[in-house]
Amino acid sequence: MPRQIAFYGKGGIGKSTTSQNTLAALVEMGQKILIVGCDPKADSTRLILNTKLQDTVLHLAAQAGSVEDLELEDVMKVGYKGIKCTEAGGPEPGVGCAGRGVITAINFLEENGAYEDVDYVSYDVLGDVVCGGFAMPIRENKAQEIYIVMSGEMMALYAANNISKGILKYAGSGGVRLGGLICNERQTDRELDLAETLAKKLNTQMIHFVPRDNIVQHAELRRQTVIQYKPESKQAEEYRILAKKIHANGGKGTIPTPISMEELEDMLLEFGIMKTEEQQLAELEAKEKTLCAAS
Amino acid sequence: MSLDYTVDGELNEGLIKDVVDAHPEKAGKKRARHLGTVKEGSDGNPTCGVKSNIKSVPGVMTQRGCAYAGAKGVVWGPIKDMVHISHGPVGCGHYSWAQRRNYFNGTVGIDSFVTMQITSDFQERDIVFGGDKNLDKMVDELETMFPLARGYSILSECPIGLIGDDIEAVAKKKANDTGKLVVPCRCEGFRGISQSLGHHIANDCIRDWILGKREQEWETGPYDVNLIADYNIGGDAWPSRMLLEEMGLRVIGSWTGDSTLAEIERAPKAKVNLIHCYRSMNYICRHMEETYGIPWIEYNFFGPTQIAKSLRKIAEFFDDTIKENAEKVIAKYQPLADAVIEKYKPRLDGKRVMLFVGGLRPRHTATAYEDLGMQVVGTGYEFAHNDDYQRTAHYLKEGTLVYDDASEFELEHFIEKIRPDLVGSGIKEKYGTQKMGVPFRQMHSWDYSGPYHGYDGFAVFARDMDRAINAPVWNKIKAPWKAA
Repeated sequence: MPRQIAFYGKGGIGKSTTSQNTLAALVEMGQKILIVGCDPKADSTRLILNTKLQDTVLHLAAQAGSVEDLELEDVMKVGYKGIKCTEAGGPEPGVGCAGRGVITAINFLEENGAYEDVDYVSYDVLGDVVCGGFAMPIRENKAQEIYIVMSGEMMALYAANNISKGILKYAGSGGVRLGGLICNERQTDRELDLAETLAKKLNTQMIHFVPRDNIVQHAELRRQTVIQYKPESKQAEEYRILAKKIHANGGKGTIPTPISMEELEDMLLEFGIMKTEEQQLAELEAKEKTLCAAS
Repeated sequence: MSLDYTVDGELNEGLIKDVVDAHPEKAGKKRARHLGTVKEGSDGNPTCGVKSNIKSVPGVMTQRGCAYAGAKGVVWGPIKDMVHISHGPVGCGHYSWAQRRNYFNGTVGIDSFVTMQITSDFQERDIVFGGDKNLDKMVDELETMFPLARGYSILSECPIGLIGDDIEAVAKKKANDTGKLVVPCRCEGFRGISQSLGHHIANDCIRDWILGKREQEWETGPYDVNLIADYNIGGDAWPSRMLLEEMGLRVIGSWTGDSTLAEIERAPKAKVNLIHCYRSMNYICRHMEETYGIPWIEYNFFGPTQIAKSLRKIAEFFDDTIKENAEKVIAKYQPLADAVIEKYKPRLDGKRVMLFVGGLRPRHTATAYEDLGMQVVGTGYEFAHNDDYQRTAHYLKEGTLVYDDASEFELEHFIEKIRPDLVGSGIKEKYGTQKMGVPFRQMHSWDYSGPYHGYDGFAVFARDMDRAINAPVWNKIKAPWKAA
C-alpha cells in the first residue's frame, strides 16, 4: 500500500502550490507519486503537468455517461518526472454537489488501480471540510497523515483548527493523524511564533516554515514548480527540506486536540491579531475624531 | 341515532400500560403521550387526550410516510391532466406509482397521466453536476410526447433539497417556453415528520403558483361549490358529486380526485368550499376564505346517518330550494340505505372494529360502522394533528382506545388482546392481522373495492365488511394447540 497524505487549509492559502512543489521535491528523492486533486477548481496538478487545467474525472464521466464508462488512462496524465496526476473535478459553482463528486472520483480511482505501483498518494483538498464529501480523504483507509497549510492570518488559523476537528472525528475509527502545520509565510507579525504556538495547542508540530519568495509566482506564471523552474534557487531548497521532513514523518502523526473558539480567540488577542471590543471602539473613535478634524 | 354500546375502558387502559412498559423508559414515556382512552374532558365534552404530530420515536416501526408521499400521492397525483414529475432518483417515483387508486375519466397518455410514472431518474452525474439541465430538457421531451398535458408539477425528492437545485428557476423558464403552468414543489421527503407536511407544502404550492395566476373566464352561478379533498379513491367522488348535483348544487371543482387543472384554477369562483379530508386540505380552504371570502364546511359522506347530517348542513348555506332538495335527496335514498342495513345489520350487529388509518377515516367511518350495528372499540391516525383529535372524540364511546402514530408492535398487542371482529387499516397491517385470525379490510385503498362515499358507496362498504367478517375461511382456522 502506498503512503497516503493530504493537504488541507483555508482557500487561497497556497495549498496547491505548496503541495506541488513539495511533491516535485519528493520525486527527486526517487518516490513514485500519484496526485488526487479534490477541488472543483481542478488546479492541483497544473504546475506538475505544465498545462492549463487537466480534464477531470467527473467532467469526463459526465461526457461519457457515468464513471463506469471511463478507463483509468482517460483520466490520468503523467507530468514532471513521472508524477501521475488526476483531478476529481466537480460542478460549476452554485450547482450540484461537489462533495459527492469527490467521493465518486476517489472510489473510481481506487477501484481502477490508480493506487497500485506508487509510493505516495497525495490529496489536495479545497478550503475547509465543509461536508462529508470533502472529509473523504481523511476517512478510514485513506490518508494516514494530514498536513495543514496555514499562515499567520486569523482565518487561516480558524480553518486549521476546524480541519483538526475533522481529523479528530475520524481519528478514532480510521487511522488518520495530523502530520503537522506547514506555515506559508504571509509576513504577518510574529508569524513563526504564532504557528508554533498553535501547533503546540493542537498537539502537533509546525513541520516547516516556508518563507515568502516571489520566485514562486514567477514559476507559477510559467505553470511550473520552483523545483523545475529554478532548481538551484533557495526557495527550491526550502521545498526539498519540507519534502524530506514529510518523508521522515511517516507514522509519526498525532491525534489533534482542537481548541475551543474562546481559546483560539484568546490566543489571537495575545498575538495582537484580533482586537478586543474596547480596542476596536477606541480606534473607531480616534478615526472619527481625525475625520471630524479634517473636515 | 347513535348506536348504544359500551367499551371496556379499563381493559384499554391496561393495554396502554402493557405497551408503554415494553419500551425503554424514555421511549415509553414518549409513547404514553400518544395513547389514551376517550374520557370526559374538563369542559364536559369527551376528549381523546393524546398528543399528535410529533416526531416518531426512533426504533419503533411507525407506519408513516414522507412529505414527498403526501405531496405527490395525495394532493398532486390525482390532477389528471398535468404531468407530475418525480424529480430525483427513480425509486420514489416507482414505489409511489399509481398507489392511491384515484379513479379518473380520460385516456392515459393522451389527456390523463394519473397512472403514469414520470421521473427524471437521477444518476450520480446529476447529483454532482445538478439536475436543472436534465429537468429543462425533460419538460421539452414531455411537451413532444404529451402535447395535451395542461401543465407540470415538479415534485422534489430528497437529493434535490440536499444539492440545492434551483427548480423554481427551471419552472419559471419552462412556463415561459411552454405557455403552461409549471409548479415546483419542495416536498423533499426529509422535511417534516410525516406525509402531513407534504400535504401542507402541496397546498401552499397551489396557493402560490396556481390560484389567481391566470385570468379565469368562468360564468359563476349561485350554487357553485368545490368538492375539496375527496381523492376519488375507488371512485368515491362520483357518488358524492351526484348527491350534491341532485340537491341542485353545481360542482365546479373536484379536488383533487378526477380533477383537472382548470378546476383548480377556477376554484376561487365558488360560493362554498365543501371539504371532506380536513387534514390534507384545510390549508387551502383557509387561504380561499381569507383571500376570496369563500366559506368552507366539513362534511362526512360515510354511512346514511352522516350523509343526511352533512347534506342538511351544506344546504344551510343556500336558499330554501336547496334545503328542500336536500330533504328530497335524503328521502329518496333512505329506502336504499334501509335495505342495505336490513340485509347486513343482522350479520354485522355487535361486531367490534378497530381502525388505524391516515388523517380522516378513523373518525369519519365510525358512524358508518354504527349504522350497520358495529361498534368502534379502538381508533387512531398515522399523521393527524391536535385539531383532528378534537374532532374525533364525539364520534366515539367513552373508554374507546385511541392511538396516535401507533407502531406495528402496539397495534399487534392491541389486536391480540381486544380480539376485534374486524381491523381496518393499511396494506402493511393487513397480512399480519389476518395471520392472527382476525378479519381485515384496507381502509386506505378500500382493498381494491369502493366507492365507499355516498349512499351508493355505503352499499359497497356494507357488502365488503360483511365479506371480510363473515367469510367462511375464518371457520377453517383452528388453534394448533387445541384438539382437532
